[in-house]
Amino acid sequence: MTLAKAITAGLDKILESEAHSVIIGEDIGKLGGVYRITEGLQEKHGAHRVIDSPLGEAGIVGSCVGMALRGHRPMAEIQFDGFVFPAFSQITTQLAKMRTRSEGRIDMPVVIRIPYGGGIGSIEHHSESPEALFVHTAGLRVITPSNANDAYWMIQQAAACQDPVIYLEPKRRYWLKGEVDTETPALDAFKAQVVRPGEDATIVAYGPLVPVALAAADAALEDGRSIEVIDLRSLSPIDFDTITESVQKTGRLILTHEAPTFGGLGGEIAARVTERAFLSLEAPVIRVGGFHMPYPISKVESQYLPDIDKLLEALDRSFAY
Amino acid sequence: MPRKAAEASDQGFIQILTPDGQRHSHEFYDAYLQDVDDQMLRDFYRDMALTRRFDAEATALQRQGQLCLWVPLRGQEAAQIASGRATRPGDYIFPTYREHGVALTRDVSFSEMLRLFRGISGGGWDPRENNFHMYTMVLAAQLPHAAGYGMAVNLEQHGWDEARRAAEGEAVVAYFGDGSSTEGETHESMVFAASFNAPVVFFCQNNQWAISVPFEVQSKVPLVTRAAGYGMPGIQVDGNDVLAVLAATRWALEHARSGKGPVLIEAITYRLGAHTTADDPTKYRKSAEEEAWDPKDPLTRLETHLRDAGLVDDAFFEQLAADGDAMAARVREDAMAFPVPPLAEVFDQVYAEAHPLIKEELAWHLEYEAGFADQAGNEGK
Repeated sequence: MTLAKAITAGLDKILESEAHSVIIGEDIGKLGGVYRITEGLQEKHGAHRVIDSPLGEAGIVGSCVGMALRGHRPMAEIQFDGFVFPAFSQITTQLAKMRTRSEGRIDMPVVIRIPYGGGIGSIEHHSESPEALFVHTAGLRVITPSNANDAYWMIQQAAACQDPVIYLEPKRRYWLKGEVDTETPALDAFKAQVVRPGEDATIVAYGPLVPVALAAADAALEDGRSIEVIDLRSLSPIDFDTITESVQKTGRLILTHEAPTFGGLGGEIAARVTERAFLSLEAPVIRVGGFHMPYPISKVESQYLPDIDKLLEALDRSFAY
Repeated sequence: MPRKAAEASDQGFIQILTPDGQRHSHEFYDAYLQDVDDQMLRDFYRDMALTRRFDAEATALQRQGQLCLWVPLRGQEAAQIASGRATRPGDYIFPTYREHGVALTRDVSFSEMLRLFRGISGGGWDPRENNFHMYTMVLAAQLPHAAGYGMAVNLEQHGWDEARRAAEGEAVVAYFGDGSSTEGETHESMVFAASFNAPVVFFCQNNQWAISVPFEVQSKVPLVTRAAGYGMPGIQVDGNDVLAVLAATRWALEHARSGKGPVLIEAITYRLGAHTTADDPTKYRKSAEEEAWDPKDPLTRLETHLRDAGLVDDAFFEQLAADGDAMAARVREDAMAFPVPPLAEVFDQVYAEAHPLIKEELAWHLEYEAGFADQAGNEGK
C-alpha cells in the first residue's frame, strides 16, 4: 500500500469508529483532495462528515475549533504547506492556547493534516517545511510519518489524541509503498524509532528524509561506517530518550531536515543532546538542512535539499574529529 | 429567501423606544415583544444599571492598580442586555472582550470575570457552565469558531424539521464590532456560516470607534448592507433601544435556530468612554461628538420611559443604587481575595495528555523553586 492510501485507510477507519469525527477541507469531497487522500470518503460517509469547505484556511481551522467546542473531533486538510499561513493565527492564538486559557477545562481534539516538503518539482509555496513554527508553539503536537504503516496508525493515534495534532504528510513520499499491518498498532505516535541500528554515528531524520538517511547509511557502510538511523516521527514532543541513548552508544550525531537549518529543529535537538550526553560526544553535532532562503525554484531544489551526498559529507566532518 | 426574512430585513433602521423615551409600535417587530410587561422593563433597567455599576467599579480597580486592564462598555448596555436576554440557555455565545452586559444575562459571575483582567486566569470562567465562551482578544478570531459551532449544531440536528428546530434547536450568537468587521476572519466566517446554513446570529455593536479610528475608515457603507453579499438577512437596529434590540435578536435567533441560516444584526451604538483603560479618547475625538451622543444614552432613555409611564418611583432608583453599590463592594472584595494560582498549575493545562517536555520542565521548576524555600528556611534559623 502507498503511504497516501495508508492515510486514506486510516481516515476511513476513524470515520467508521468515531461518530463525532468530521473531515473538512478544500476539494476533499468529490475530488478526494488534490492528493486524493480523502478519495471515496465523502461517498462512503456522507457530505455532512466529509465537508467541502469554501476557500479559506482561517475559516477551516477556526470552524474546527468551533466544532471541537461543541464536542466534535474535526480533522482539517490544508492543501499545501505554503497555504497554512492564513490559518496561522487560528492555530497559534486559538487552537494551541484554548486548553491553557480555559485552565485545562477545554480540550481541543483537532487534527490538521498538511502535506509538506519539497522535491516534487512544483512552483512556489508548494514545497515548504514550516514545522519549526508549530513545534515552537506550546499546546500543539506535531508528528510526521515516513512510511505507510506509520502513516496508517499515526493518523489514528492523532485523531484519538485529546490535544491538537499537526499531522505533516511527506508529500514526495505519498507514492512510497510499504507493508501495512492493520492488526498490530504501530509504536506510539509520540515516540522516535530506531529504524536501522548502527554503532559509529547516529543520523536523526524525519518524514521525507528518512529514506535518504537510510540510503546514506547504506553508502556509509561501504566505507566501513556503521550508522544508526532514527526516525523522529514526533517533532513535538521529541523523544529525547531514544536519541540520547543512541548518541551515548555512537558518540556522533547528524541531524537532517528540509527546513532551513537556522532556527530549525536541528538546533533544539543539538542543544538538548549536548546537555544530556556531552561527555559521550566525539564530535560536534552537525546539522544538514535547508539554506536561509525562501524555498528555491524547483529547477535548483536538488542543490538546496539534503541528500545522500550531503549526509556523507557531514559524516566525514564528524569522523574527522 | 422566505418572505418573512425579506420582511424582517426590509424594515430600515429599527427603533421602538425613541431617545425621548417614547415607545412606538412597530408593524413587524411588535410581534416579538408581546410578553414585555412592566416588570420586564424594570428588569431591563436593573440589568443595565448593574452592568454600568460593575463597569465603573472595574475601571476604578484598574486605576487603583488592581487590574492589568479594563475594557469599559459604557453606552452599550442596551445592545448587550437585550440581545443577551433574547437567547435561550442552550444557545452558545461567543463574546469579544467587552460583553460584560451579555455575561450578566448568562449568569456569568462578575467576580469571576475579573480573574482574567486581574492576571490570574487566561479565561476567567467556565464557558460550559453558562454557554458563554471566554473572551477573545484577537479581533474576529471567535467568529469562525461561531460558524464551526453552528455547523456542529447542524450535524447534530440533521434531519430535524423546521418546527422541531424552532422549538428545541440551538443557535449561536457571535459578537463583534465595527473595528473587527474588517478582519478577514469576519468575512470567512460569514461565508462559512451562510454556505452551511449555520444557525449563527452575527451581532455587530457598531460603537463608531475602533480605538482611535472612526467608522468611516472601516466601511464606506452601513455594515448591514454587507449581509446581502453573503445571502443572509441583515437588520439595522438602534443599539441603544432595548426593545428594538430584543425584538430584532429574537427574530434573528428564531430564523437561525429553525435552520434557515445566519443573520447579521448591526446595532448602532456609541462607546461613551475609552476603548480600554489604556486609551485616551481626547486625542482623537471631539467632546462635541460625545455630547451629541449623551442624550441617546440607553439608560437615560429607558429611565425616561419608565418614569413617564409611571412604572417606577424614586425609591426604585434608590434601591437599585444601593444594590449596585453592594454588588460592586462584593465584586471588589472577591477580586482582591482570588488566590493567585502557582505557575506549576499551568504545566498541567497546556496538554490534555502526558507530555515528556512538560514533565521535565515542571520537575526542574519545582526543584528550583524548592531551593528558595530551603534558603528561606535557613535564613530563618
